[in-house]
Amino acid sequence: MKALAILALSSMGLACHGALAEDLLIRGATVHTVSAKGTLENTDVWVHDGIVSAIGPQATLPAGITVVEGRGKELTPGLFGGLTDIGLQEIEEEPATIDSTLDTKAPAWAQQWRPELDVTQAYNPHSFVVPVTRVEGVTWTVLAPGSGDTIIGGQGAAVTLDGRYDAVLAGSRSLFVQMGGVGARLSGGTRAAQYMLLDQAVREARTAGPVAPGALLHRAGKEALTRYLAGGRVVFQVDRASDILGVLRFAERSGIEPVIAGGDEAWMVAKELAKANVPVIMNPLNDLPVDFDHLGASLENAARLQRAGVRIAFSSGDTPQARLVRQLAGNAVAHGLPWESGLAAITANPAEIFGLGASRGRIAVGQVADLVLWNGDPLEVSTLAEQVWIAGHAIDMHSRQTELRDRYLQKVKAHQAR
Amino acid sequence: MINTPARMALSGLVAFGTFQALAADPFPSTYRVPDSPPELIQGATVLTGTGERLDGADVLLANGRIQAIGKNLAVPDGARIIDARGKWVTPGIIDIHSHLGVYAVPAVSGLDDGNEATNPVTSNVWAEHSVWPQDPGFETALEGGVTTLQILPGSANLIGGRSVVLKNVQAVTYQAMKFPGAAYGLKMACGENPKRVYGGKNQAPSTRMGNVAGYRQAFADAQDYQNGWDKYYRELAEYDKKQREPADGSAKKSKDKDAGADKPPTPPTPPKRDLKLETLAEVMKGNIRVHMHCYRADEMATMLDVADEFGFKIVAFHHAVEAYKIADRLAEKGVCAAMWADWWGFKMEAFDGVQENLAMVDFAEHSCAIVHSDSGDGIQRLNQEAAKAMAHGERVGLHIPPERAIRWLTANPAKSLGLEARIGSLEVGKSADVVVWNRNPFSVYALAEKVFIDGALRFDRDAASNPRSDFLLGKHIAEAPP
Repeated sequence: MKALAILALSSMGLACHGALAEDLLIRGATVHTVSAKGTLENTDVWVHDGIVSAIGPQATLPAGITVVEGRGKELTPGLFGGLTDIGLQEIEEEPATIDSTLDTKAPAWAQQWRPELDVTQAYNPHSFVVPVTRVEGVTWTVLAPGSGDTIIGGQGAAVTLDGRYDAVLAGSRSLFVQMGGVGARLSGGTRAAQYMLLDQAVREARTAGPVAPGALLHRAGKEALTRYLAGGRVVFQVDRASDILGVLRFAERSGIEPVIAGGDEAWMVAKELAKANVPVIMNPLNDLPVDFDHLGASLENAARLQRAGVRIAFSSGDTPQARLVRQLAGNAVAHGLPWESGLAAITANPAEIFGLGASRGRIAVGQVADLVLWNGDPLEVSTLAEQVWIAGHAIDMHSRQTELRDRYLQKVKAHQAR
Repeated sequence: MINTPARMALSGLVAFGTFQALAADPFPSTYRVPDSPPELIQGATVLTGTGERLDGADVLLANGRIQAIGKNLAVPDGARIIDARGKWVTPGIIDIHSHLGVYAVPAVSGLDDGNEATNPVTSNVWAEHSVWPQDPGFETALEGGVTTLQILPGSANLIGGRSVVLKNVQAVTYQAMKFPGAAYGLKMACGENPKRVYGGKNQAPSTRMGNVAGYRQAFADAQDYQNGWDKYYRELAEYDKKQREPADGSAKKSKDKDAGADKPPTPPTPPKRDLKLETLAEVMKGNIRVHMHCYRADEMATMLDVADEFGFKIVAFHHAVEAYKIADRLAEKGVCAAMWADWWGFKMEAFDGVQENLAMVDFAEHSCAIVHSDSGDGIQRLNQEAAKAMAHGERVGLHIPPERAIRWLTANPAKSLGLEARIGSLEVGKSADVVVWNRNPFSVYALAEKVFIDGALRFDRDAASNPRSDFLLGKHIAEAPP
């Protein structure tokens, strides 16, 4: 499996860059492995063919290897950008630039669910948002379809942000469902109807034979949902504690593996989440009772979940600002989360949640070399990424924004009198 | 010195005449500086907001004001001592772009009071009449060190209405939060929002040129309105003069001249008050300060021309995502630019956002760069917004030390509000709005530990309880497990 993944990466490397990834040595950095090895001071990280090949001193320096001085700098795995529309959206308020959401404009009583929708097919690696995001150290994200007029948004998956067309990371495909207050409005006005409809869809998927008139699911939809009923990963966007428990009950009776996204009140049901081994993808900055689904929102949500043994990952859900995921982690640390857990929540934990733990999220031999070299504490807002590598390739550290900056910077400096 | 803005407001009243003077402050502030013991903050790194950094310094607060700053200050009788060694002290943070209270949380329809989106010009509405003092966002902003806020109407309209400046104190009424003597602001908006809102209703404006026509017609109407009042006051003065003339003089006059003068003179009739045009007339007299939502550099330049045409001043462009493109022009004109650190991409007019915007704007001589929030989340971490902008500035050779960057959150916003003589810096005699941070505030790990407003401790991270909105009462009971 891993060998296949490496082969795929290499061939894509050829397609994108016209050459195999160079051998690379990042020398003497403070290496945050996000593994049992913890943080290693003054440590060498070696990359061969896009994969971390060794950590620590080696006997020989291969000819032609690129050496990057890391002394006084900090190295982390590439960061997770959260659940976003990167590559599916250029401008939030311009519908013509958005491909993240299927909206059939059907009323609740005439709904047809389309779990077969795969939003990754709309991914555009040439989006302006991709370079803007990755120069900040974000090397991958999960494309999460929005909910249009049904609670099932369709399927999404993790993508690498190195600019390749075939960017989906194998094994990460997930189904996305909108629950809670928003889901209630999509279900005819009561959140009770969400369960009625979900149970109906499950029954349809499990019933062989032709699609009945008035059914929620087409044939392809039945097939798609059936795959998730056999232990697939389903991400439920839900915040209210009672709704989270409702999701856990539904998941148990239908055989799916739930992931909670949102989870502003998750700390209130932390024990139940830990017991069911259900992870939470959350924004640790959410502390306002923005509506009656979020009355329990708290800056201590992340720390409380971590203490209870719940696996957490961070996501703002914001596409243009996905790059701020470090700031989410830093603030969670300021409010009681251990620093190592803060870094894990934007690296190893989301990789584990989306089935990518064997290849991404840590700095370890055999992991894909998605790496970021920082000029200081990676969770600190005043720290910046100096170089980002994706699958061993040093990415161009420029974007439309840095070009805009450079165009006007000279004017500013020429005019200065300070 | 302290009373400058109050005096300014007063002179505005005089100019407006006796008749309207009664109505000019119909919702007066009831805020009073509470009694509190003297507080001596000892041994801190102090960013004064004047551009200075003092290491190992003490700050003495008493009677609502900064009494002294320096090393080894004497401990006054009854003073509370705060050991601030290793901690940092700054002026209270001022956010000039907040919708707390008008777009309160929970964001239900019953509390959706920020945009009177029924007419593109609503200079007759006042944000204070929408402020819900129980918005829990005030408390979370206080925990972030915010001591003064300007609450604005939303940006659906070309001219959205009057702003109000509030002290971030827990209160039942907005009048008890209202900053005494602060001038009103006027919220105006460029660009996409007004044209989208009204274009969507198939009415003007639906384009940027429609926007500009809308501002100009509104101010032209206000000029006309003011002319009507000026004429009225001239006639009233003549009438008063006639009334005061001695009886023999007038008798002589009537003998000499026309017989019509025998009729008793009638007083002039005042024009009908128009609340929309009254506000705009006050803007043109300089008594109300224009705060304008404007993203694009070209639109800011257009608005500077519109302001010149009608003789008013724009004190600050808010959401000035492209301010870096005209940093020199803004500095020359003495116009502040209020910015986010890195917001971009959510609409076309925000597409050219760069993370060096604040640093580039700040670099011009006589610049006035401001960090603002426009967000109940962002307002809790304005210090972090500044920290990000400092780091991006540093990377391109624009070095901004903490003692300068703190001005983006304190002295510069105070200047845009016309309150620079009272708040925004730690100077003897100024209001004791002070934040004690657990470390350098330009860090993701920094937390405000103590927040003083007029010398009174309003938030204390170590205290058992802090301000809590009425709305949140009972929450812990409802949340308790069975």
